[in-house]
Amino acid sequence: MISLYRFATSLFVLGVVSVVHAGNFLPAIVYDFGGKFDRSFNQSASEGAERFKKETGVAFREFEITNAAQREQAMAQLAKRGATVIVAVGFTQASAVERVAKQFPAVKFVIIDAVVDLPNVESVNFREQESSFLCGMAAALASKTGKVGFVGGMDIPLIRKFALGYSEGAHYVNPSVEVVENMTGTTPTAWGDPTRGAELAKSQFGRGVDVVFHAAGATGLGVMQAAADAGLLSIGCDSNQDYLHPGSVLTSAVKRVDVAVYKAFMGAKDGTWKPGKLVLGLAEEGVDFSLDQHNRALITPASEARLRQAKADIISGRLKVSEYKAQ
Amino acid sequence: MSATAKLPRWAELGLLPLVNLLAALVLSGVIVKILGESPWAALKLMSAGAFGSQEAVGYTLYYTTNFIFTGLAVAVAYHAGLFNIGAEGQAYIGGLGTGLVCLWLGAWPFWAVFPLAVLAGALGGAAWAFIPAWLQARRGSHIVITTIMFNFLASALMTYLLVNVLIRPGQQSPESREFSAHAVMPAAHELLAKVGVTFTATPLNLAFLLALLAAAFVSVFIWRTRWGYALRVAGQSPDAAVYAGILPPRIIIGAMLLSGALAGCLGLNELMGSQHRILIDFPGGAGFVGIAVALMGRNRPLGVILAAVLFGALAQGGSQLSFDMPKVNRDMVVVIQGLVILFCGALENVFRAPLARVVAMFGNRGGEE
Repeated sequence: MISLYRFATSLFVLGVVSVVHAGNFLPAIVYDFGGKFDRSFNQSASEGAERFKKETGVAFREFEITNAAQREQAMAQLAKRGATVIVAVGFTQASAVERVAKQFPAVKFVIIDAVVDLPNVESVNFREQESSFLCGMAAALASKTGKVGFVGGMDIPLIRKFALGYSEGAHYVNPSVEVVENMTGTTPTAWGDPTRGAELAKSQFGRGVDVVFHAAGATGLGVMQAAADAGLLSIGCDSNQDYLHPGSVLTSAVKRVDVAVYKAFMGAKDGTWKPGKLVLGLAEEGVDFSLDQHNRALITPASEARLRQAKADIISGRLKVSEYKAQ
Repeated sequence: MSATAKLPRWAELGLLPLVNLLAALVLSGVIVKILGESPWAALKLMSAGAFGSQEAVGYTLYYTTNFIFTGLAVAVAYHAGLFNIGAEGQAYIGGLGTGLVCLWLGAWPFWAVFPLAVLAGALGGAAWAFIPAWLQARRGSHIVITTIMFNFLASALMTYLLVNVLIRPGQQSPESREFSAHAVMPAAHELLAKVGVTFTATPLNLAFLLALLAAAFVSVFIWRTRWGYALRVAGQSPDAAVYAGILPPRIIIGAMLLSGALAGCLGLNELMGSQHRILIDFPGGAGFVGIAVALMGRNRPLGVILAAVLFGALAQGGSQLSFDMPKVNRDMVVVIQGLVILFCGALENVFRAPLARVVAMFGNRGGEE
């Protein structure tokens, strides 16, 4: 009897709580295939959401998808359960956002790395070519062999954008530099295959490469491990990964997905959120190269000065970095 | 102790799978408990998530449709003694056929697009199965190896096409433009609305009925036709087949063509029915789940349907579980699904002997009374 009573009360309490929640501000985030612990792109998004939670005390809901149909399902379900703003992490979610945003015009949507042109969607994109350019410069400046490597994840336009910026940056410093490029694969598993990443890095080392940049999500962890094992240099991606192998990670092409998520949540909370396109580059501090206690010793003052100069030139528009365009 | 302890038919087909399923659920419950959640609440969430509402049922049957197609594909090959691991790649290329028809003939009326889309899907899947089949039949290259390799080839080909050829210009995501409204499968809620039944909007669509029809077709084909008979003979005893004048190479190629065609129909549900565009990696592992579905369904069409419903429920219920219980993340859901496969497929004989003894005991007592 007592347990039944308790059960009834807890049901009642639950009911009240959910009613209170429904009236409140409820942010939500949907991660892509990589998962929120990829130490890279999705994790950066997750950190932004956590920071928002810490500062405001507002809890958020999250979901990691496992198949294509779940994107739409999860977003629609979050909207039905009272989510006020939904951040969709990754370009693969664009079509799902497009459909669900039409169904729920009162809910705010944010898509990262893609453009969805609807009155209740904010599209956040990054100029990855700018940070890749700086990393290419850093690589060419640090390379003793004059050969630098690139390991991409899945062979898609976004990753070719990284590769192009990197190559341009390397050639900017040293026109005769050789850039060795490899893509890990052609399926989404290419984002989560550290073993293959390490193999690719090793084969590049075998060809004389001594600095390797990865844009490969969790696969990149293998690339960085291989560089650390061989006593060579690697460059991290998306999150600041300098701490992973101090002394071996030259720098990281940081992409502040966390800032984008944090700002979206904050803006939606304060009422300053706006739909439309938002492009974040070096000027907006949306992308950058990292310099902290873990890699300070690897970047010489002369190199640092050149990097900072190039950064300033890109921001002022004096130095143009080309953007890879599909088709 | 033999692994082939005899069980009465009802126990073999009903009791044993149920006991296996129960064992898997108990072990999953222990894992959920270790994670700090209530196993009972998790089970309730999962079953409500899979069957508790119209939306739940719609999604469950939508996943089921994929698994019926791939499960049947594996089962047909299995009857011919072939282990088709390539349903994933065959589904991928079949979907390309379906997708191209939908893109090119978008201006045509649905009744004209529909049969061509089905045909293109089946042809695409069959074509992708043909090369490994031919290599097996004529060159003796092992079908398990070649079909696995063809999964990767399919993946590479599709990525090339989607990144370079079919991509909607000016976007990052490697996917084609959307199919026109004529070239999509009618959704279940639209069809039901026509007969006055309201049903929540879900991705469930006409392809589900096609999957059931395919199961009926396979049933008739395997057990009621000369072709099916030849296929089974060749599968069970190639020597006897040769003695009876059946040519194994022909059977191998024929069975694989049918198998590939069935897998190729996945695109009808996934692309034409739900996503309405060609996108990267749309089979999403359904080809591999099909192996588990066929094994669990004892390679019989009815069994395949039931197993496909179970896996559909696990996919949909599992996704709801991770949605509402953040501690049980998507990887734990995969663990639970894996346990079901482990107990129902690999360990199915663990309970067979004890069960046979129990059943025999009850049977004897029944005889004495």
